[in-house]
Amino acid sequence: MTTALLGTRRGAIVAAVLLLIALVLPKIVYPVLAIDIIAYALFAVAFDLLLGFTGLLSFGHAMFWGGSAYVATILIAKVHVSFPLAVLAAVVYAAVLALIVGAIAIRRQGIYFAMITLALAQLQYFFAYQLGEWTGGENGVQMTTGRGTLFGIPLENDVAFYYAALAFVALGTYLVVRIVRSPFGAVLGAMRENEQRAIALGFRVDRYKLTAFVFSGTLAGVAGVLFAIGNRQSGLDGVDWHTSGQVVMMSILGGIGTIFGPIVGAGIFTSLEHFLPNFTAIGDKTNIVMGTIFALCVLLFRRGVVGELLATREKRAKA
Amino acid sequence: MALGLSVIFGMLRIVNFAHGAMFMLGAFVAYYGAQLVHLPFYAALIVAPVVVGLFGLLLEVAFLRRLYGLDPLYGLLFTFALVLILEDGMRLAAGALGSPYSAPPSLSGATNLGFTLFPTYRLFVIGVAIVVCIAAWYVLERTPIGARIRAATEAPVLVRALGIDTRTLVSVTFAVGVALAALAGVLAAPNQNVEPTMGDKIIINTFAIVVIGGLGSIGGSVLTGFALGLLQTVGAALFPAFNDTLIFMLMIIVLLIRPSGLFGSPVAAK
Repeated sequence: MTTALLGTRRGAIVAAVLLLIALVLPKIVYPVLAIDIIAYALFAVAFDLLLGFTGLLSFGHAMFWGGSAYVATILIAKVHVSFPLAVLAAVVYAAVLALIVGAIAIRRQGIYFAMITLALAQLQYFFAYQLGEWTGGENGVQMTTGRGTLFGIPLENDVAFYYAALAFVALGTYLVVRIVRSPFGAVLGAMRENEQRAIALGFRVDRYKLTAFVFSGTLAGVAGVLFAIGNRQSGLDGVDWHTSGQVVMMSILGGIGTIFGPIVGAGIFTSLEHFLPNFTAIGDKTNIVMGTIFALCVLLFRRGVVGELLATREKRAKA
Repeated sequence: MALGLSVIFGMLRIVNFAHGAMFMLGAFVAYYGAQLVHLPFYAALIVAPVVVGLFGLLLEVAFLRRLYGLDPLYGLLFTFALVLILEDGMRLAAGALGSPYSAPPSLSGATNLGFTLFPTYRLFVIGVAIVVCIAAWYVLERTPIGARIRAATEAPVLVRALGIDTRTLVSVTFAVGVALAALAGVLAAPNQNVEPTMGDKIIINTFAIVVIGGLGSIGGSVLTGFALGLLQTVGAALFPAFNDTLIFMLMIIVLLIRPSGLFGSPVAAK
């Protein structure tokens, strides 16, 4: 069921619709929010590669998101490295970090995996906090210099940057789709369903897990860089464990293991978080509302928005 | 400072984000008790765990029970949602800034231990922690109820077949665990500000303790808790800037050498 949308005509239609929405998004909401939405979308997709398709719940994905955000913004703002080089360095940082963290975390399973990733993310959080000279401590890093150019296109304009970011997000999502549908992805699915059997079949599951973890962490890093440069800043929020929780919420809200689900979830989540405080009745109770929605989601709609839609369709098809 | 608290937390075997929130609620019950009805500290030590324990019981029966048949990850996620709700709720009710809560005068000041001066209150916390740990260990390992609880966590279906009501058993165990978290909250209140996010700081350390100590070993968690408390005290003196990271460093080292934790058996860890 999990891959029911992939490779079908309906899947292609959904992808096209999402892409269309993404193309006109800066006209609907203001551009920086649009950048936030697609950055979170890629973050959630990267996370879902791990939770939905490999069966590993990482509760520390903020370390890739926020960590590479720091690297990129510090390089641009303080070392004055050019934009593409800074992004590259940040992504390499995320990949190396994912390799190290993954190698430690895959030694344990299930809930322990979640706790270890969380603890390691927290480790980075404390380092970021202590290295205030570079990270600005609680103030974060402000990018006072411009965003620079990419292939000669100036990115100062928010809309221009949005479309550049969208290219990255679309590419990243496509990569995840390809991974999931590859033989490698099939092994990941087999591990998720029955790890013992996968081992018995001769697969070195640790290597597969680690590879998936590095892919996921790296893409989360890309998303974090887009977010940070889009907002012209990075800070402790990015590496905080609440951010790790948020990406879990987005994925569950949209539907794990559905590729498009986390994108939809990220869109809903980011919009809610942005627009809810505008209602005076809700105002500063945003977290209560978000928490309640998420709690209900876990209790009642575990398949998420997209997952539930798919399930209804399937039921109707059978009847 | 976290010495006693780490121990109590490390001992609770339920992996639960909400324990941080319950810890915070316990401290708030003590604080409001003192503000509104002049509830003395010693009474708060009993009242807060009872109140929060009952609240936990309610949560378990109403919500968490529905999630047992599923992947345990959903339980973890549900408790994360609870944390968001409770923290924000308390922030609205009490404000984001912490409120001071002071220990009774009889416990303030320092006691001369012969070789060093030690704050009396910390001695008291350590004493309570030891008593609670021994009590919990005794109940779990040496009484019929403890035997049933251990059996129910290991093979719930079999235990139910033997005619034991596992649902009630689990509910009560959960409530007691939550009550212990609240007790830790009250104990911590005089040492730090009572604030909505006070649970956050402790819960992640606790996770690390559980990983280091290894699952299924109360003794392991207790020893690890004490050892880490000591380590942090020493670390605070030696390299203050990186004190917070020490515990995670240790966790990494332990995982590399003994993936199942210092005191866990490899089988139980799976």
